[in-house]
Amino acid sequence: MPSAVDLSAVRLTIELAGLTTLILMVVGTPIAWWLATTRSRLRGLFGALVALPLVLPPSVLGFYLLVSLGPRGPLGALTQWLGLGLLPFTFAGLVVGSVFYSMPFVVQPLQQAFEAIGKRPLEVAATLRASPLDTFFSVVLPLARPGFITAAILGFAHTVGEFGVVLMIGGNIPERTRVVSVQIYDHVEALEYAEAHWLAGGMLVFSFLVLLALYTFNSRKRMV
Amino acid sequence: MKARKTLFAAVALALFSTLAHAEQVQVAVAANFTEPMKKIAEQFEKDTGNQAVLTFGATGKFYAQITNGAPFEVFLAADDATPAKLESEKAAVEGSRFTYAIGKLVLWSAKPGYVDAKGQVLARGDFKHLSIASPKAAPYGAAAMQTLDKLGLTQKVESRIVTGENITQAYQFIATENAELGFVALSQVTEDGKLVSGSAWQVPAEYYSPIRQDAQILAKGRDNPAAKALVDYLKGEKAAAIIRSYGYTL
Repeated sequence: MPSAVDLSAVRLTIELAGLTTLILMVVGTPIAWWLATTRSRLRGLFGALVALPLVLPPSVLGFYLLVSLGPRGPLGALTQWLGLGLLPFTFAGLVVGSVFYSMPFVVQPLQQAFEAIGKRPLEVAATLRASPLDTFFSVVLPLARPGFITAAILGFAHTVGEFGVVLMIGGNIPERTRVVSVQIYDHVEALEYAEAHWLAGGMLVFSFLVLLALYTFNSRKRMV
Repeated sequence: MKARKTLFAAVALALFSTLAHAEQVQVAVAANFTEPMKKIAEQFEKDTGNQAVLTFGATGKFYAQITNGAPFEVFLAADDATPAKLESEKAAVEGSRFTYAIGKLVLWSAKPGYVDAKGQVLARGDFKHLSIASPKAAPYGAAAMQTLDKLGLTQKVESRIVTGENITQAYQFIATENAELGFVALSQVTEDGKLVSGSAWQVPAEYYSPIRQDAQILAKGRDNPAAKALVDYLKGEKAAAIIRSYGYTL
């Protein structure tokens, strides 16, 4: 059976993924909207920046975060100046890392959803004298709903699957930074294979169910 | 055309010379022994022509990898229990086990003057993070916990302990100053018998059980003469001088 320590790792992982997804939905929506609608030359640049975590090894992201968030790094100086203290080895630090790490998994589905809507509904709304904000909430949001669901599921699942970044900036502290993926690694290193199986098997089932739900949902949408 | 022929000849020659370059041996090295082993391997290659290919990591992880078929031929562990276990499980060559170094634990900070000569900074406790290696997988991590127990400080500092996956990561947390101080191997912060940077307290040997670091030839290296050569080289004077210069005793 999973121990209390394992269960606390599970709870922490869900909290981390939940909070990260929430932040990404709020931050990612305007970014995705801008990327979908802008004619700026900077579109390619920012699109590439957002997509970077897709190809970067997590160790690169973890390394830069550790160095830049540390007491001698620029972001570390900023967080200290803001009175937030230093972020490595804290839950907040993991959230910051995860937001970067899972960004493309939220922004890209949203961007695709926004692009699929096209200009026509927006122009119609404008001729009916809807303000841009009103248009966004009463036209774009409902039409892009499948995109939002996909983005939330992918963002959540990808954060749950995070390992390298957490290993590098987390410090493996129970109740604060010891998430499931790190706990599994610990069990394997300590030769506690039975405990590792509980968590690893759980992750396998969870990940499969999430993707199954997503693909079923998406293919049903296509049929309609 | 002629240029291409010359190029081909050069490549063939380069390839041939590496093949002719005697044997290779795959070595798993405990993370605390990284620096001395790099030097020893370099000397070993110069003196014997054999090449030692080094992989560094936590002893516990190597155990898991070796018992699951990792292609390592020689193992330099950070303790004596793991090699003994491998031998009893027939994963290592019987009788090849020997102690190549006795490790020393040190409380270290990257900031000069932060750690005092008696380590009282620990009891004062005005730090946010104390970095150690994973006590489950790394012997230096276990030694760090024994030291804290001995000092009666475990409860007091427990909530501030951050754990590196191995001793190198524990060191790196301190070196980047994300943790103010931590327990690392003396070998990581000394060179030629001197502290390289920061401030340190060498933990008295009676605070933790001796870190006897054993090496052995693994089952996969049984028939590789280079594995035997490397183990012999580790027992020699040249290697001993390098090992001592990093603060280990023999």
